[in-house]
Amino acid sequence: MSPILFYLFAIMTLVFGVAVVANRNPIASALSLVVSFLGLAALFVGLDAFFIGVIQILVYAGAVMVLFLFIIMLLDLKAETRRKINPLTYAAGGAVALGFAAEMLIVLSRFAPGHQPFPELPAGVKVDDVHEIGTTLFSTHNLPFQVIGVLILVATIGVVILSKRELK
Amino acid sequence: MTITLNHFLAVSGLLFTIGFAGVLLRRNIIAIFMCLELMLNAANLSLVAFSRYNVGANGLPNYNAQVLVFFIITVAAAEVAVGLAIIVALFRARATTHVEDIASLKF
Repeated sequence: MSPILFYLFAIMTLVFGVAVVANRNPIASALSLVVSFLGLAALFVGLDAFFIGVIQILVYAGAVMVLFLFIIMLLDLKAETRRKINPLTYAAGGAVALGFAAEMLIVLSRFAPGHQPFPELPAGVKVDDVHEIGTTLFSTHNLPFQVIGVLILVATIGVVILSKRELK
Repeated sequence: MTITLNHFLAVSGLLFTIGFAGVLLRRNIIAIFMCLELMLNAANLSLVAFSRYNVGANGLPNYNAQVLVFFIITVAAAEVAVGLAIIVALFRARATTHVEDIASLKF
């Protein structure tokens, strides 16, 4: 992946990720999250994972975020009013997050394989990742795939039960 | 200057940290939920980066990792559906999305 494109999409992902946290208005947060996911999908495409990039846009930036916006609309959420905040809570939360980031960057700087560039794909070979993922999914990972099907059924039934007016 | 595996892992880790900070700092339950999605996606980015880094004998990326990402996306979609249904049920019962107003389990 060319460095310019990498930095463009990485900064786009991170800046709009910060916007998700910083915005008081939930709709602005949700739309920032969509842009952040689009940057992430571009990073996936840069890693030759075309199928995952497309799925990221279709499922996350499309379906999941529409669901979020729909719920925000149904609950009629306004921008949060300012409340009395406990500065100690914010300081502790920020310190934990900063400590986590620092620790991760130290670990990465000592991770020797990470300093080597990505291996080149063989010339003349087309990356047929949809075919490869499909073959792997239906052969090696067939049982987890079917379990996922059951999980989605359970989730669907659960949502229907939860959405009933009277919970019994 | 070439882009190495560490660049992608750093982006992934920073994105995870942003989501983590959001879960700790935000008080709106929907915003917390969106930050959870951010953390799941950060994990996906590192999986895809390792998949591209760890090429197999035929020189192609390791597709087992991408199948795992596919599973994570599927489970996350189901999780969003159930989580939002719970938030709607909670909003019906309490008429709030502010986590400090939902403290009935607090000792």
